[in-house]
Amino acid sequence: MGIRLDKSWETLDAETIASLPAQLGVYQVADEDENVLSVGYAGARHLFGIRSALDDELQFLGKKATKFRYEFTSNYRSRWDELLMLHLCDHGQLPDHQRDEERRIGRLSPD
Amino acid sequence: MDFSLTDEQQLIVETTRRFVQSEIVPLEDHLDPDAGALDPQDHDRLVGKTKSMGFYGLDIPEEYGGPGLDTTTRALMAIEMSQHRAGLYNPCYGVFGGAGLAQLYEATDAQKERWLYPTLRGEKKGCFALTEPSGGSDPARAIQTRGLKDGAEWVLSGSKLYISGADKADYALIFARTSDDPGRNGVTAFIVDTDTPGFHVRRVVHTLRATHYATELQFDEMRVPEENILGEVNGGFAIANDRLSRQRIPYAAGCIGPAIQAQEMAIDWAKSRETFGSPLAEKQAIQWMIVDNEIDIRHARYCVLEAAQKADSGDRFRTEAAMAKLVATEASSRVVDRCIQIHGGVGVTKDLPLERWYRELRIRRVGEGPSEVQRLIMARDILGGSFK
Repeated sequence: MGIRLDKSWETLDAETIASLPAQLGVYQVADEDENVLSVGYAGARHLFGIRSALDDELQFLGKKATKFRYEFTSNYRSRWDELLMLHLCDHGQLPDHQRDEERRIGRLSPD
Repeated sequence: MDFSLTDEQQLIVETTRRFVQSEIVPLEDHLDPDAGALDPQDHDRLVGKTKSMGFYGLDIPEEYGGPGLDTTTRALMAIEMSQHRAGLYNPCYGVFGGAGLAQLYEATDAQKERWLYPTLRGEKKGCFALTEPSGGSDPARAIQTRGLKDGAEWVLSGSKLYISGADKADYALIFARTSDDPGRNGVTAFIVDTDTPGFHVRRVVHTLRATHYATELQFDEMRVPEENILGEVNGGFAIANDRLSRQRIPYAAGCIGPAIQAQEMAIDWAKSRETFGSPLAEKQAIQWMIVDNEIDIRHARYCVLEAAQKADSGDRFRTEAAMAKLVATEASSRVVDRCIQIHGGVGVTKDLPLERWYRELRIRRVGEGPSEVQRLIMARDILGGSFK
């Protein structure tokens, strides 16, 4: 089982978000060059699951966020931590607004 | 046996219950239903409270600064501390403090300075690496990680599976086979810093616990100094086994809290929810489930307290601890299952804690020795002698 989130990128806009099921899961949001801007999760407190979470990201990141990819999972908390750890392993640091998470998460050496 | 509480125990139980209801539950209402941690500020504030109450570091031996509770009182507290949504695996979100790895109390003075005391001060974290892909229920025979002596060092190679906290740990207690003996006499315990070259956390292993994961470790010719051996060479299995026996009583007690809470929720629901013109509580099918819950809860509580009292009296308690673990994990699982059934649709939603307890209790029947191993332990004692 691949541990990275390597699904195809989709366009991040209101129409695409509205077409998604209101499920729990994890996602990455990226800019046009597919640089990851945010690694997030849609949890049970998001009213409409991944739709609500991506709406929030769109509001927070603004126009620079143009792509996203996602994965449905009820283990959104542990999968989110895993994706953060993988991002840290691959890039040396987390996206700017998530740097505080670096103190909380663990360290992986998957390769 | 006399299960009545002393005045001091009654006071401790009531204080703990108030703490859970007034400090933990209100915070939990604002957290993700699968959350495993409090906001750091809340955590630190509550740690200050438990310290001022004299309850911080419950499992730390008194000579190391712990409160010196006996096993019975500790079990009673575990029952209370687990009565909230995250309580099964994160009782009070850890604000009562941990004790570190119990095996380190048997370490040399130098080892204690390096690993135990920093752990008790909250400066270091350790993890316990016993189980391997080849098995966990029979670790003495399953361990394939090899330790080969090379001068003043040992070279460890192999892997471990389902290890909690390794990705955040500063050191690991690793059990490796160090002789040709295929059983318990060929295993040595090593304390290894996780920044040692060759130590790898290869992947996260997701489980039924949605907020918590285990990890898979790999050791590539990891060189460990001789002084990092805990106990005797080839004497590591006794260290591991001692921990497994001692852990069973508080582990079992912690399962009872969610069952008590689930039962209270089910009783309230049964009294207020009406179907076919009368409350659920008036249906015999529901009454019998509530009664069966009560039998399970009391049975589990008696077994846990009996084991704890035996441990406190200095008697052998292996059979009682195994029985407590078996009964508490299985009975509590049945209770939560029935309570979900009584609640109907809302019982399986994340609006209530029942679904979380249901998932997490399933793990308890496997963790710290599955039910079948507990039966095996009891059979050995009851029938006499040791099976091969």
